[in-house]
Amino acid sequence: MALVRLEGVGKTYPNGHVAAKGLDLEIRDGEFMVLVGPSGCGKSTALRMIAGLETPTSGRIMIGDRDVTSVPPQDRDIAMVFQTYALYPHMTVRENLAFGLRMRGTAPEVIEKRVQEASRALGLDPVLGRRPAQLSGGQRQRVALGRAIVREPKVFLFDEPLSNLDAKLRVETRAELARLHRRLGATVVYVTHDQEEAMTLGWRVAVMRDGFLQQVAPPMELYRGPANRFVAEFVGSPGMNFLPGNAVAGIGQTPSGTTLGVRPHDLTIVAPGAGDADAWVDVVESRGSELLVYLRMGATGDGAELRVVAPPEPQIEEERTVGVRFDRTRLHWFEVETGRRVG
Amino acid sequence: MRERSWWPVIVLALLVGASAFPFYWTILSSFTPESRLFQPPSLLPSNLVLDHYRALFTERSFWLPIRNSLIVAGATTIFCVSLGALCAYALARLEFKGKAPLLGAILAVGMFPQISVVSPLYLLLRELHLINTYPGLVLPYLTFAMPLTVWLLVGFFRQLPGELEEAAMVDGAGRLRAFWEVIVPLAVPGIATTAILTFVYSWNEFLFALSFTLGPERQTVPVAIALFRGQYQVPWGQILAAAVIATLPVTLLVLAFQRRIVQGLTAGAVKG
Repeated sequence: MALVRLEGVGKTYPNGHVAAKGLDLEIRDGEFMVLVGPSGCGKSTALRMIAGLETPTSGRIMIGDRDVTSVPPQDRDIAMVFQTYALYPHMTVRENLAFGLRMRGTAPEVIEKRVQEASRALGLDPVLGRRPAQLSGGQRQRVALGRAIVREPKVFLFDEPLSNLDAKLRVETRAELARLHRRLGATVVYVTHDQEEAMTLGWRVAVMRDGFLQQVAPPMELYRGPANRFVAEFVGSPGMNFLPGNAVAGIGQTPSGTTLGVRPHDLTIVAPGAGDADAWVDVVESRGSELLVYLRMGATGDGAELRVVAPPEPQIEEERTVGVRFDRTRLHWFEVETGRRVG
Repeated sequence: MRERSWWPVIVLALLVGASAFPFYWTILSSFTPESRLFQPPSLLPSNLVLDHYRALFTERSFWLPIRNSLIVAGATTIFCVSLGALCAYALARLEFKGKAPLLGAILAVGMFPQISVVSPLYLLLRELHLINTYPGLVLPYLTFAMPLTVWLLVGFFRQLPGELEEAAMVDGAGRLRAFWEVIVPLAVPGIATTAILTFVYSWNEFLFALSFTLGPERQTVPVAIALFRGQYQVPWGQILAAAVIATLPVTLLVLAFQRRIVQGLTAGAVKG
């Protein structure tokens, strides 16, 4: 096990594209760190640099006490699970699992034992003799996982490992990954574009955008105290509402040049006139356990859109005027120009 | 209902007939006695004999050119595919300066008319004392076979997902090991196709083989056949029998790998 440290790591491609810039990030020993962000934000590049598949153009990368910046991937003692799984199509599941150990010259008895352990843990025993083409998506995913864990590496790297699974399997596998991490206690760096995956899996989450780190914090801290408007928007579902800073009178500071952010869960629907503002009910979506209500600010419904999550009872009728109460302890203020959080 | 059109069938039949008839005629004539070869021809076989084939191996020891051809074409193929695969892998996967010009240069070398390099090559081989030797044929063959091999294989390698090698490298294999353990097994159809094409070209090559050999002990099949004709007579029967024998290994190879070749050629073409 080991910590991973990025020190001012940057990557500029020969064509001038800057994929990552000035990344400073320490992933602690045994930590589950998630890199999250929209596509093209540099999270995969960061992961590939930790793996050694790309060389940083600036800064250095440490694994444990060792500077691995220019160490090739095979000498880094890391394992990686690829988005496409990258299983070797011409090898059986057993051979796929054994490949990494074989490359490192592990004794055959040890290989056999570790392959058996991994295969049992992942429920792959019945398919050990098959080729990847004969497996279901979920099974392939398990083989990819198994190939990483038999190696017992210092660091696990995951590159969107769940994105090729269907929704149900994705949620199941997510829990399994968390369990696996608890059992192995290994350092994990996990890349995803899905904020829900990031929030549920990560001990800490690093949000990236355009090659820069935006914020690194435990999930709840990201949710409650986003460092800027981008993080606020990216984290949480349904997404945060944004209103001009002076849209609602009398709910605390309204510094000029600010945007007010408030999460749909931090708004309450009350009788007209009884809240901080009145709004017009546009659409009500029932999600079973809760309602998602689309409001328009102003009693006539000509203002900004506001999403509210409300309890399923009482039913809220569409095309009515209601009142909205803002939870004053959960308001976020952002500078309009920079997006920086100011309160 | 639309009337079924017969045009395509007729055109196809004509094309097949036009390309298959010479072969048919060659095979038929190779079994026809010399005395009847120039009588009014008959399309149907009758009175077939093995005289010409027997003569090839008794009078002319045709085994010798066959052996020479097998050695030269086989060695060319082995060299070409093993070296060419490494070159092609580097060109397909590694980033380095001047890659595009290099690929262009390789293609250009492959396009050189053979006749234009015969004399310089002859002088070179003479200096190296390689005239009338096997290496004296294999080395010149590499000049036109390598570009072909490299170009075909670059196409095949580019098709393979890069993540496979990355996975292999993260798993602990170096570049060469990843190439050998992961890329080569997956590129077998492409490599087989390339090998067969190289073999066929080398097997059929005539100009270099004629120019760089001196006597029957190193002559290849095409050269040997060409030299059958004497001062006063042309042994047509034997020439045709030899042509049939020369075509045989190539035809068998292609038939054996037919599906792979088609797969390989089109696969390489789409993305190469």
